[in-house]
Amino acid sequence: MKILVCLSKSPDTTSKIAFKDNNTLFEDAGVQWIINPYDEWYALVRAIELKEKDVSTTIHLITVGNADCDAIIRKALAIGGDEAIRINVQNNDSYYIAAQIAEVAKQNNYDLILTGKESIDYNTSSIGGTIAELLDMPFISLATKLVIEGSNAIVTRDIEGGEETAEVSLPLVLSCAKGMAEQRIPNMRGIMAARTKPLKVLEPAAIETFTSVVNYEVKPAKTSVKLIAADNVAELARLLHEEVKAF
Amino acid sequence: MSVLIFADQADGIIKKASFEALSYGNKVAALLDTTAEALVLGNVTDNVVTLGKYGISKVHTITDISLNHLDTQVYASLIAEAAGKTGATVVVFSQNQTGKAIAARVAAKLKAGLVAGACALPDVSSGFVVKKTVFSGKAYANISINTPIKVISLNPNSFPVTVAEGNAEVSVLNINIPESKVKVTNINKIVGEIPLTEADIVVSGGRGLRGPENWGMIEALAQSLHAALACSRPVADANWRPHHEHVGQTGYQIAPNLYIAIGISGAIQHLAGVNRSKVIVVINTDPEAPFFKSADYGIVGDAFVVVPKLTEEINKLIEKNSH
Ligand SMILES: Cc1cc2nc3c(=O)[nH]c(=O)nc-3n(C[C@H](O)[C@H](O)[C@H](O)COP(=O)(O)OP(=O)(O)OC[C@H]3O[C@@H](n4cnc5c(N)ncnc54)[C@H](O)[C@@H]3O)c2cc1C
Ligand SMILES: Nc1ncnc2c1ncn2[C@@H]1O[C@H](COP(=O)(O)O)[C@@H](O)[C@H]1O
Repeated sequence: MKILVCLSKSPDTTSKIAFKDNNTLFEDAGVQWIINPYDEWYALVRAIELKEKDVSTTIHLITVGNADCDAIIRKALAIGGDEAIRINVQNNDSYYIAAQIAEVAKQNNYDLILTGKESIDYNTSSIGGTIAELLDMPFISLATKLVIEGSNAIVTRDIEGGEETAEVSLPLVLSCAKGMAEQRIPNMRGIMAARTKPLKVLEPAAIETFTSVVNYEVKPAKTSVKLIAADNVAELARLLHEEVKAF
Repeated sequence: MSVLIFADQADGIIKKASFEALSYGNKVAALLDTTAEALVLGNVTDNVVTLGKYGISKVHTITDISLNHLDTQVYASLIAEAAGKTGATVVVFSQNQTGKAIAARVAAKLKAGLVAGACALPDVSSGFVVKKTVFSGKAYANISINTPIKVISLNPNSFPVTVAEGNAEVSVLNINIPESKVKVTNINKIVGEIPLTEADIVVSGGRGLRGPENWGMIEALAQSLHAALACSRPVADANWRPHHEHVGQTGYQIAPNLYIAIGISGAIQHLAGVNRSKVIVVINTDPEAPFFKSADYGIVGDAFVVVPKLTEEINKLIEKNSH
């Protein structure tokens, strides 16, 4: 089986979010880049588990981004990918990113393409669905469980207030959510092996963009909390009723 | 020209998030001086004529029962075709679980630019610019959509539902339904609980509550407010509460109108899941708890005293207002 795992880099959760150049660019000075957590914990680790069950499996990693991504790609290789591809371009348009990935996928006949459920910077949850559309494959979002049985996948996904399990034949695109797998720390052997694993850098295909960022705004801090004395709980109930209209 | 809003349903009932999307789509249509039309897939028990209340002039339906299951390939193909037939220049979704599954797919099919996670009406003064939340609610991006057709997926609980008088005209769309490649084998719904991701109000507990045996007062408060329950990650990890209640970076990301955090410190990974809530109330013994910085209302106090009292006061007010 051939698996493609889509990885994006994102600022560490604890990073300060700020913008530069008239609020048109993310301020990346001093930012610690990490693998987008959902890509790492769920998509990548599940792929590795599948490979551990069936050693003939190969895992390709793909990232659309500039050379800043190389460190996180090496980390993913250390956790367990076989080889990596980086499309050397910085772009925020989801369609553009997905189409770059689809171009690579078209030449490789992957059985399974895994993404995280969303990127923690752009939060669009849209790359997986777009790839699937461009490749005319089924797509299941927010998958929490994946079992492969021959040429079929049995996938459980989150639905409002519960979960749904479905059977679908490969090839398939999945966005992965909590439940899929558990985080893994790369070990020394993995880190050594990752140094010699191939990381191919490709130039982007000519693809149009559909959207562009005009600017960013930092969310204004809350105008200080309204504190209510602990012996005046009735006041909070009144505020919830009259100001918040909660009931 | 029209604005087409996808009205998502579950078990035959149009979802609340869809009413927000319908209200939003109606406002977008007004900005563009055109009509708002809705699309409903599958068999619904709701009378779709009543979607007129949200300013919808026409509701297009494809009632085939097979559509009660979401297959992104089938849905995208039907929605894109419906958009073509209705001459839609804007297609609106709710960024709920269904929207996350299909909005991008529809956009790709229509070669349309997508803003997923929108939180305000588009600015159409020059071009078409939509504001969305980014960085897990810590910032916004204004995104220009540069294609003739635009797709917007609206964050739940970020746009008010507006209701007026009126009925919608209903039109049955005649479109061939492609065969589904996804065979649903099992559905497991948690019964008797308000689904967390759909809830208007969420009452959430953290490690400050000391143990699962103390959740009775949390449940009582939630019951009075018709709220869903949530918890912090250590609480789920310790199996004090089920994992489907865990919110935060590694759990669910929610955006209710009201989030009440009890005995939760407000770590950044927790905030990543709840930052988009409209109003946050924090109850914590520690005045230095970081959560107070993100809160709208707060009580520095012992949950074991404050929470039962709060429930009692709320019940009193509810009782009083029912007379
Ligand atoms: C990679 C990563 C991902 C993570 N993802 C998540 C996530 O998704 N969700 C999540 O929640 N956490 C997540 N965490 C953990 C997070 O960093 C915090 O450790 C966690 O949120 C703390 O949970 P808590 O607030 O319940 O507990 P604590 O931090 O222990 O806070 C308990 C609070 O209760 C208060 N308290 C004590 N007694 C009382 C009382 N009687 N009445 C009122 N208040 C009282 C205390 O003052 C304190 O503020 C993640 C961490 C990492 C590293
Ligand atoms: N630049 C990128 N390169 C490769 N994969 C990406 C990129 N951006 C996003 N993805 C993948 O798409 C998923 C969803 O991202 P998004 O649609 O931005 O929320 C992420 O979890 C990644 O798996």
